[in-house]
Amino acid sequence: MRLEKRSQSSRLALLLAPVGAVVFTLLVSALLVWWAGADVAQTYGLLLRGGFGSVFALSETFTRAIPLMLTGLAAAVAFRARLFNIGAEGQLYVGALAAVAVGGLHGGTGFDLPVPLLFGLMLLAAALAGALLLLGPALLKARLGVDEVVTTLLLNFIVLLLVSLMLDGPMKDPTAMGWPQSVALMGELELSKLVEQTRVHSGLLIAAALAVAVWMLMKYTVLGFDIRAVGANARAAAFAGVPVTRTVVLVAMLSGALAGLAGAIEVAGRTSYLTLDMSPGYGYSGIVIAMLAGLHPLGVVAASVFVAGVLVGADSMSRAIGVPTYIADVIVAASLISVLMATLLTQYRVRCK
Amino acid sequence: MSDPVLQLSHISKRFGALLANDDISLTLGAGEVLALLGENGAGKSTLVSILFGHYTADVGSITVFGRPLPPGDPKAALAAGIGMVHQHFTLADNLSVLDNVMLGSEPLWQPFTRRSTAHARLQAVAQRFGLGVDPEALVGRLSVGERQRVEILKALYRGARILILDEPTAVLTPQESEALFAVLGQMVAQGLSIIFISHKLGEVLRVSQRIAVLRAGRLVAEAQAADTSQAQLALWMVGHAVAAPQRRPAQTVGGAVCVLDDVSTAPARERLLHASLSLHAGEIVAIAGVSGNGQVALAELLCGTRSASEGRVQLLGQPLPPHPAQLVPLGVARIPEDRHAVGVVGDLPVWENAVSERLRSPAFSRWGWVRRTAARAYADRILRAFDVRGGGPTVPARALSGGNMQKLILGRALTQPSDKAIKTIANDAVAVPRLIVAHQPTWGLDIGAVAYVQAQLIAARDAGAAVLLISDDLDEVLTLGDRVAVIHAGRLGPARPASDWGREAIGLAMAGITGIADATAEAHA
Repeated sequence: MRLEKRSQSSRLALLLAPVGAVVFTLLVSALLVWWAGADVAQTYGLLLRGGFGSVFALSETFTRAIPLMLTGLAAAVAFRARLFNIGAEGQLYVGALAAVAVGGLHGGTGFDLPVPLLFGLMLLAAALAGALLLLGPALLKARLGVDEVVTTLLLNFIVLLLVSLMLDGPMKDPTAMGWPQSVALMGELELSKLVEQTRVHSGLLIAAALAVAVWMLMKYTVLGFDIRAVGANARAAAFAGVPVTRTVVLVAMLSGALAGLAGAIEVAGRTSYLTLDMSPGYGYSGIVIAMLAGLHPLGVVAASVFVAGVLVGADSMSRAIGVPTYIADVIVAASLISVLMATLLTQYRVRCK
Repeated sequence: MSDPVLQLSHISKRFGALLANDDISLTLGAGEVLALLGENGAGKSTLVSILFGHYTADVGSITVFGRPLPPGDPKAALAAGIGMVHQHFTLADNLSVLDNVMLGSEPLWQPFTRRSTAHARLQAVAQRFGLGVDPEALVGRLSVGERQRVEILKALYRGARILILDEPTAVLTPQESEALFAVLGQMVAQGLSIIFISHKLGEVLRVSQRIAVLRAGRLVAEAQAADTSQAQLALWMVGHAVAAPQRRPAQTVGGAVCVLDDVSTAPARERLLHASLSLHAGEIVAIAGVSGNGQVALAELLCGTRSASEGRVQLLGQPLPPHPAQLVPLGVARIPEDRHAVGVVGDLPVWENAVSERLRSPAFSRWGWVRRTAARAYADRILRAFDVRGGGPTVPARALSGGNMQKLILGRALTQPSDKAIKTIANDAVAVPRLIVAHQPTWGLDIGAVAYVQAQLIAARDAGAAVLLISDDLDEVLTLGDRVAVIHAGRLGPARPASDWGREAIGLAMAGITGIADATAEAHA
């Protein structure tokens, strides 16, 4: 059996690929559900209802989608330039740290600045913190050829230890009765709720706006061209006059900033203080989402809602019947693999002998 | 002719809308050299790939030594005695000759490699065919000609009785080519059969007994080499008569545009050593040499992607800026050697590639935003003026054929952005590029595209551009160059008028045999 490159991808195949990927994912997951001894149709029904079936379900899904959207964007822009930033998780946490440092420390005085200014400053600090965290690996890659996958991945663990240090030290909340959590943000800095009685907050609008902004940047600007050119063929880009090192550094700053903002927005919109378990791997899920979206910034919005919906739906489903929530991870992973496979099959055909 | 060793019967292969091979039937006799002649895209590679099992034919069958060859199975082709020497070598640089030859020829479950047996066998094969190479030498240290010998040895070691050579002379000096032809003669004398793929008419007539000409997927002619001529072959190949570019010497040579003064580049795979050269407006200076002797360093230096470690490079009296983005606005037109890897970004659409060099100019961007309307209009103009075909401005550049890709690169290098510049071409000095750096501009192109590219370079020269042409193709160097210099081992010889050079003298200089002494003497004078 071997793969042969197709001379042309047919339009029908391009349309059917995602459909086939979804069907395949559901079939694989159904096998596991059946194995767990549950009714497949009922499980999927509950999962769907739990993720998208009511105002409450939707609000929870969108709440979960906000950080995923931002880390997804962070991965999408960086991967487009072939900067494999695996460190969105760490950048998210330093962003959250910076947000608390600006908006929560100093006894909640907020430097006595007007709230809108302080809010802007808080987001800026978070973005900058994320950007600076990725700057090191990017420079090491550009100057010395150090593999950024290794450096960004390992920085995640260093950052987690830093967070732990801060939560037990300078940022410790004295009223938390020994729980490792930071002081809370000033109440005025918290993001307003979009729908009463739910947790979905205006961070959703910020994230969606950033997705549109990133999309426009990639499509309509010189920097966007530089990023795509460097990612597709760095030698040809350099020949055409693209400043390759500068582009890699800029894309790193952008990617890190987006992940840093995810941390700040998560604190300001949902938790209001920082804990060590604030992110259940949003940074890593962002990579999956970016791949699902084909690195398209607007696709990231859809992919993050899908992944969030599956995660939330699985939570509520597992409470009703005895299928563990891990089925959500399986569905997300299987969908990623099948989307990648489907894309491959639109470009190649399999020949059996 | 004895019984055919190889028989292709009615081979057809279709890729989508393209009929790459259309009902081709060929035979090859024992001890025969059959040349497969055709332009790029004529279907030579497809046919050979089918023969070697990389592709499966839609229709048709292959018989080797009287037995049918199972389709689509390279291992079966190897076992049947078919050996292939690719144009781009498939050797591991960090292994010895012997290791390269043994690689893949031993079963995996055998605990130890049988080096000494293999060594003896390799020596025997090498001796038999006059292919002397040290089996323990590291392939990375060998010259291109020697590497080619290793490739041939590899095929022979596996018992090839039919050898396919894909454009084998593209990387060789004239003298190395002669040595290869001698080896081929020896192999044929011992009963091996050879398929020799080329688009160079002269050498096809020189080495082969029989010539098969492919055009647009069909076998258009078959002839005995003795009964045909270059003109006849060219006519078959192209389908209509192509006027070979006439040597037209420069009319008015102007002042110095670009001057290299004792320039060296930092040590790398290829480097320049104390090179001096001046390029004048209205002339073509051609650099001949075997590839890998410093041409890349010279081209990259003038394209802004490499800087000089010693010496000075001046453009119109100013130091040459070391970055492409600054070079292009000064009127430097650049045609890189490798169009796929360096010339275009294959994944991006044609129109973005057309504008990529000048995207930073105010004509195409403002405040960091691309002026898409202007950029698209510029791209459309290039596509029309240079007749770039193959899908229009929005298809990915990789979808273009080699010729169309080169026209796109040529077009963007030679076309100025604003319409105003075109209208006032007579009094706007920048409208024609001041300097054109063309590195292997016709490599791998079909005859029609070659003629087109060469005509464009001559036209630009006549309009007053200084042209530096770096080429492996001696015919091209001698046809286009007003002055010719030879580069060898990083040292650039003096640029003498083309009429002062004979073919023989250039060949010797390319091999580094003479010319070095007077080159350095002139450089230091």
